[in-house]
Amino acid sequence: MNSNQPAKDPAEMGDEPGSNIPNGAAAAAILSAGAGCFCVSLFGLLGDAFPALAHVFNFYNPTGPLSGVTAAAIVIWLILWFVLSRCWGEKSLPMRKINAIAFLLLGAGLLLSFPPFGDLLQGK
Amino acid sequence: MQTSFRELVTALHGIGCGGLLLLAFSGALIELYRLCTPDRSSPLSACERKLLRGYLIVMALLAWGTVLSGAYMVYPWYRAHPPRGVTDYAAYPQRSLLASPATAGWHNLGMEWKEHVAWFAPIALTMVASVFIKYGSDLSRHRQVRQAAFAFTVAAFIAAGIAGAFGALINKNAPVQGGAVIKLMEGTK
Repeated sequence: MNSNQPAKDPAEMGDEPGSNIPNGAAAAAILSAGAGCFCVSLFGLLGDAFPALAHVFNFYNPTGPLSGVTAAAIVIWLILWFVLSRCWGEKSLPMRKINAIAFLLLGAGLLLSFPPFGDLLQGK
Repeated sequence: MQTSFRELVTALHGIGCGGLLLLAFSGALIELYRLCTPDRSSPLSACERKLLRGYLIVMALLAWGTVLSGAYMVYPWYRAHPPRGVTDYAAYPQRSLLASPATAGWHNLGMEWKEHVAWFAPIALTMVASVFIKYGSDLSRHRQVRQAAFAFTVAAFIAAGIAGAFGALINKNAPVQGGAVIKLMEGTK
């Protein structure tokens, strides 16, 4: 770290004085969880809108496209969590921004999962 | 007194895992809220932290148990397609619901919503448990992280509540049934 740079304000990072662990690991977990929830709904919507994609998502026939929708979302969530943890694990990040993005993804996921909204987007 | 294998598995999915998870939210939300309040007169002791850590891990496991048993055991029975010519849909709940406009909404809104939103709970609770494990007592010095963990737990509760409520109501309108008969107790006249 460049010694000429001013030290980051802990309050800006969402940390209180005296914290021993940087917030990067938490930021990675929180953001990837938001993205994972969003992916479940997004893939569900895409599978519903495009029959060809629903066929691709049909990993396990008795469960149908739901198997692929959720498996793909979980894989993306876990990969994103792993990558972000590697990149951010030792850093202190502006948690307010990370939280805002994570909540936005979570809210969008919740909205997209609501069938009438999904139907509206598809023009049904 | 007897039940069927499918009814038993559905009850274990809905009550054994899902119902227990919904009950567990009250304890987790109170403890996490206590962590989030700015004036914590009594911070968690090492023993309480250990207890909450175990509690959150069990909640995450219950959430995974609920969605996995739902998606890979109960849902295939629910969505099974009847063979050609079959008109009695008692063993085919999805077909039974869609057969009447009065009940089709239970599938088109209820099941379509529940089957996706339910997965928010295990994802969110896994994150909350992992953050609590990683940070432990240091979590008291990360206000934004505490608030995010609390918000995701609330979101998980809402998601599990939607899934649980629709699951119960759908199963009331078109119960999953069939499979081997399990005799729980000899009946008496």
